[in-house]
Amino acid sequence: MRYLPLTEADRSAMLETIGAPDVDALFSDVPEEARLTGPIEGLPMHASEMAVEKHMRRLSKKNLAASDAAFFLGAGAYKHHVPASVDHIIQRGEFLTAYTPYQPEIAQGTLQMLFEFQTQVARLYGCHVANASMYDGSTACWEAVAMASRIARGKKRKVVLSGALHPHYAEVVKTMAKFTEDEIAHASPALQAQPDNDGLIARIDDDTSCVVVQYPDILGRVTDLQPIADAAHEKGALLIVVNTEPVALGAIKSPGEMGADIVVGEGQSLGVGLQFGGPYLGLFAVTSQKHVRQMPGRLCGETVDAEGKRGFVLTLSTREQHIRREKATSNICTNSGLCALAFSVHMTLLGEKGLRRLALENHRLACHAVERLSKVPGVTVLNDSFFNEFTIRLGTDARKVVRTLAERDILAGVSLGRLFPDNADLADGLLVAVTETTTEEDIETLASALEEVLS
Amino acid sequence: MSAPNQSGWKPGTPVEDHNAMSGPDTVTGNRALMLEEPLLFEVGHVETTGVDLPEPSSAATRLGGMDRAEAIGLPGLSEPEAVRHYTRLSRQNYGIDLGFFPLGSCTMKHNPRLNEKVARMPGFADVHPLQPVQTVPGALEVINELANWLIDLTGMHGVAMSPKAGAHGELCGILCIRAALEARGDARKVVLVPESAHGTNPATAAFAGYEVEDIPATAEGRVDLEALKARLGPDVAAVMITNPNTCGLFERDMKAISDAVHAVGGFVYCDGANFNAIVGKVRPGDLGVDAMHINLHKTFSTPHGGGGPGSGPVVLSEALAPFGPLPYVVRDEDGEVHLVEEENADQYGHTQAFGRMTAFHGQMGMFTRALTYMLSHGADGLKQVAEDAVLNANYVLRSLDDVLDAPFGPSGPCMHEALFSDDGFAEDISTLDLAKGLIDEGYHPMTMYFPLVVHGAMLIEPTETESKAALDQFIAALRSVAGRAKAGDATLKTAPHYAPRRRLDETLAARKPVLAYEEPVAPSGQPTMSEQGGR
Repeated sequence: MRYLPLTEADRSAMLETIGAPDVDALFSDVPEEARLTGPIEGLPMHASEMAVEKHMRRLSKKNLAASDAAFFLGAGAYKHHVPASVDHIIQRGEFLTAYTPYQPEIAQGTLQMLFEFQTQVARLYGCHVANASMYDGSTACWEAVAMASRIARGKKRKVVLSGALHPHYAEVVKTMAKFTEDEIAHASPALQAQPDNDGLIARIDDDTSCVVVQYPDILGRVTDLQPIADAAHEKGALLIVVNTEPVALGAIKSPGEMGADIVVGEGQSLGVGLQFGGPYLGLFAVTSQKHVRQMPGRLCGETVDAEGKRGFVLTLSTREQHIRREKATSNICTNSGLCALAFSVHMTLLGEKGLRRLALENHRLACHAVERLSKVPGVTVLNDSFFNEFTIRLGTDARKVVRTLAERDILAGVSLGRLFPDNADLADGLLVAVTETTTEEDIETLASALEEVLS
Repeated sequence: MSAPNQSGWKPGTPVEDHNAMSGPDTVTGNRALMLEEPLLFEVGHVETTGVDLPEPSSAATRLGGMDRAEAIGLPGLSEPEAVRHYTRLSRQNYGIDLGFFPLGSCTMKHNPRLNEKVARMPGFADVHPLQPVQTVPGALEVINELANWLIDLTGMHGVAMSPKAGAHGELCGILCIRAALEARGDARKVVLVPESAHGTNPATAAFAGYEVEDIPATAEGRVDLEALKARLGPDVAAVMITNPNTCGLFERDMKAISDAVHAVGGFVYCDGANFNAIVGKVRPGDLGVDAMHINLHKTFSTPHGGGGPGSGPVVLSEALAPFGPLPYVVRDEDGEVHLVEEENADQYGHTQAFGRMTAFHGQMGMFTRALTYMLSHGADGLKQVAEDAVLNANYVLRSLDDVLDAPFGPSGPCMHEALFSDDGFAEDISTLDLAKGLIDEGYHPMTMYFPLVVHGAMLIEPTETESKAALDQFIAALRSVAGRAKAGDATLKTAPHYAPRRRLDETLAARKPVLAYEEPVAPSGQPTMSEQGGR
């Protein structure tokens, strides 16, 4: 087997050193009745690199790759162009095959990168401190809610979720809350040009530990968060802002500027790729120094070595499970280190100038798409405001339209019926995302196909 | 030591006069191939970009009046500068590709590059999680095929594929247990966890709302079955056991433990972090386990990436499988694969799912790598993996137990990890000092101070992908460093001497946390960052 270096001669010599007659003797503590005598039945035997690659390629070919379609899906995962050098760097063995940097003297590469990543995320979000990553946006969202409950010291039990929060994120929060006994206030959104901020504010009361809003929201709308922040703070609640499209923050105000306390999100857009949902990159940041010690996950900090040279270490680890065990702020251990590297490299290649250009190019194409699609008979554009994603209404079940267009290699968007299966009022809604990878020809392809299907 | 080679040089020959050999300080602070690299924020510029994008148009935006006007502070680099920045950083890292990485409990084995190639095939890498299912049958097949491998290798009934890493998988398993108990109206409060457990175990149980109590251990390093039985009762929801345990031993009484827990109506959670020792040799399902997470980034070799991403599918017993989270994948009698989500859970009889743990389907990019790894090894190769991993660990144990204290050495063969204590070290030399001395010898240290039940613990996991020659060199190095630790060699206190950095001040980092870069303020009376006492 090509990955196993021991020879039979090695094995015999080693057994002799150990003083065991054979390898099975090393497994003598496994009860005999449970010990397997041969390879597990029903599974194939080892295979060559060529054979395995062929098998996997056959499976991959059954899928329609986004780049082979006119592609308009978003809803928390976006297709962006990732520069070739990003993938080159994350495949360097020193990054790819390193462990968590617990021995900082031989892990400065990972640690300095994390320090840079934390700074990039904090600045993008308009925050004070960001951590070294979470699993993904949805789990980061739950961790933020749990952190708000901790800060409220269990005295406030109510969590107010905006209806325009990604429904899968809401589902993760609700799932976890079943076990922590937080009370979750949530309803699916109404199809209106403007989010119902007044309704959201009305639900905040003295028992509210936090309010969770998405920005831009699940329907693509962009709204000022300051009034929500003010209302939350007046009741002693924290404002948690969720962002699923970091590229947007190259064009629109940061949540930190508008009074958010915790900002979390999905970082997949930069560097990571679609990958059918994972691994992705959870981003987590706070605006206030006083909340840093309540944060979940790893933090990288600056220090000096014995010769006075600058260096970096994982720090404030008394918050973490390997030190605090059942009193930790979270059980998270492994995070999304390599995805954080991909994000950071992509962000470094863009720089502020590139990020702003990328954001405005996304928005320009989205504006073009809105204009073109609004001319399709039967289509109504819902949004007044948007970044690179918006909602259209088709006047018919959008799921069926999506399936029909998929047969022509047009991936038209995410139907609201798929996201909100319980709310029939949303069934004709279609969420359309446009990025720099979308061409005007793609937009025309979608518009013409809709004209045909809806007529 | 080896014989002299043709040039007369003999490997391992010490340099006789260090001072005569060391050179002058350099202007750059660099030492030939060891290059210093400033922070991105010190070399980049906000007007520099390494990506060609069109100039923004002057057209009006439709951003709801929320246009970002203020500077963000994100410096950029051109592509050559960026590649060099990260390449230089990478060279300050230790990785498996570079050398032996015997980090106990972490299974740092070789990461085959075929796995990377497969994960990047467009049909896997360039697929959106919410594409119509008709366009992704291959992705669902990968999930289903991997699920079947995991079920067959563990002898369990079902598997929840979506957890994102080991700790997320633990949470999934404990939530399944809680959901199963609640379904029968049985509110229990306590989860029992051995003192030797990974910190994630008690953290997980507490996160899921349970009180955590210790399970007593015997002097030989295993669960004390009689003491456990005495503690079991109707308030115990679950016991969490790591098997093989973190002392490197197989829990011989695992079946009896499971039977005792089941007899009082509780469930058995097994931490699968150490599955590499037993894959293909014994199936946890045959030992009465109800739930176990599998770290695909350990046993099945998806790369650790400097701290993640991982992947933590959870195999479940028949009693727990109905409660597994959404979404998941099933294959019907006709061989068709289906994605089960909230809306069609009824159709597939999965009405008791406890909910959703993450937005999408789990770590697809890790699934493709792990499946590639499994297909490469096959059932025969995976059995060999466990055998060679255990053989390598026992070889390390028995080659060192005359110079290092092996507290459980007399308990019999170890599994895939060899555990030592600091007993016998000179008074002022610690396990940390020994570890830093190993860095100078060119090794990543073993896991230190874990498990907590052993003083100054050193947990060595060689894995199956190390050759005998690599192990022999490591053993020689560790014998030497252990000898210095016993003799009280003061140079160990100041190790490492040859790494890119000397020992780092972790106390300072925690006392005055600097967690983000801040540009130094020009000398105009504004305080600098250090004067503010950090941030």
